[in-house]
Amino acid sequence: MDAKVEPQRQVMRLRGRSYVAFVFSPFMPIMNWLEEIDATLAQSPGFFAGRPIVLDLAAVELSSHGVAHLVSNLETRGIRVLGLEGIEPDGLDPKLPPVLSGGRGCVVEQVEPKKVEVLPPPPPAPSLLLRSPVRSGQRIVYTEGDVTVLGSVGSGAEIVAGGSIHVYGTLRGRAMAGINGNSDARIYCQKIEAELLAIDGYYQTAEDIGETLRRQPAQAWLDGDVLRITPLN
Amino acid sequence: MAKVLVVTSGKGGVGKTTSTAALGAALAQRGEKVVVVDFDVGLRNLDLIMGAERRVVFDLINVAQGVAKLSQALIRDKRLESLWLLPASQTRDKDALTDEGVRDIIADLRTKFDWIICDSPAGIERGATLAMRYADEAVVVTNPEVSSVRDADRIIGMLDSKTVKAEQGEQIKKHVLITRYDTSRAARGEMLNIDDILEILAVPLLGIIPESQDVLKASNVGSPVTLNNAASQPARAYIDAARRLSGETVDMVVPTEQRRGFMDRLLGRRAA
Repeated sequence: MDAKVEPQRQVMRLRGRSYVAFVFSPFMPIMNWLEEIDATLAQSPGFFAGRPIVLDLAAVELSSHGVAHLVSNLETRGIRVLGLEGIEPDGLDPKLPPVLSGGRGCVVEQVEPKKVEVLPPPPPAPSLLLRSPVRSGQRIVYTEGDVTVLGSVGSGAEIVAGGSIHVYGTLRGRAMAGINGNSDARIYCQKIEAELLAIDGYYQTAEDIGETLRRQPAQAWLDGDVLRITPLN
Repeated sequence: MAKVLVVTSGKGGVGKTTSTAALGAALAQRGEKVVVVDFDVGLRNLDLIMGAERRVVFDLINVAQGVAKLSQALIRDKRLESLWLLPASQTRDKDALTDEGVRDIIADLRTKFDWIICDSPAGIERGATLAMRYADEAVVVTNPEVSSVRDADRIIGMLDSKTVKAEQGEQIKKHVLITRYDTSRAARGEMLNIDDILEILAVPLLGIIPESQDVLKASNVGSPVTLNNAASQPARAYIDAARRLSGETVDMVVPTEQRRGFMDRLLGRRAA
């Protein structure tokens, strides 16, 4: 069964909305007033960009032609006029902005970019201390500084540090030091049986580590762009 | 105070189920009330090793899901009065286990037994993590070879992070049980030796179970090795390990090659 759904008729709806606009109140002589505007523009050129204004002409007496001239003068300065105020609508050029009434004054808050308080960055925690062995499958990532392990690092475990890595036990897993581009970082261990050592992206796998070094206390450091592994004693 | 003990390893085939049965029986022989719980849902074996496969009616999953009462699923051992088995389901898989279900069963078992020994499945997935989840102590079973030791290391890491005790900031007590140890092969450097294993795992040693035909014989007749032939080398090692679990201090005996008798020496060289 086909059921036709009548499209709902669009009913014109009126909605109210209020905006806050700047109001300019020119004074005589107009030329002086325009110079003042120019001075403001010279200081902050983009001040009126995207801010249409309302012209309050109560303080000046201008002919219909004079109003049109003033509006066009403002438009050449990039100031768009949203409406007129304080003037009789009779006899005005219909191309001019409409005459508004019933405006209420309000405080325009000057939105200045808040000064961001520059807090000194908290002193980086110098190191992370791990009191228990790092087991196979565990991954320790500490990009802020050094990592110290009081125990062994198991085969298949991984330590990633922004600074140096110290292992007071056997290093059997992977150790990656200076990962944030710290080429001065080093890796120290009591007994080297590492699967992989890396400093600042330069790495060596277990195969590259000399047989004479194995099971010895050793350190790894970066000599230019060569990763060197040397005995600690 | 009831103790929940998980027997785990990471790697399969290292002797978790054999050790669960042997330790359970050894503790029961000491007069403690023991239940061995099979967590290997879908691949259960503990019922076979315990010789109870013909008496399984309800299982762990049934109890967890409220289909059966705990008392209906528990099977009493025919040889030892204080030894019980809670079998796993063979027709389901590990996803049928829920954290809440396991928690409730363990809490219930704690009120009834001195020792709750959980036989963990291999792996590091749901079954293994749930088996260790509520444990107070752990026996990590490993063979003297590198892959098994590395997997044991991985499991120890999980015991220290994924168990309820660890999450509460407490330490779960861990023991290493080295199984299938062959002195002559270790001496020839074909196996990791005890010191190497302990150095890698950094966990106290519970016992060394020698490689032995007695283990196979016992499982073939559906009996924990400690019951089948209590005088055999592996049975003695398991009994010592059980004593250490109960808090006794027992000297560690590194199994040595059995001295051959005269007849063995005469006939030992039979061509294979």
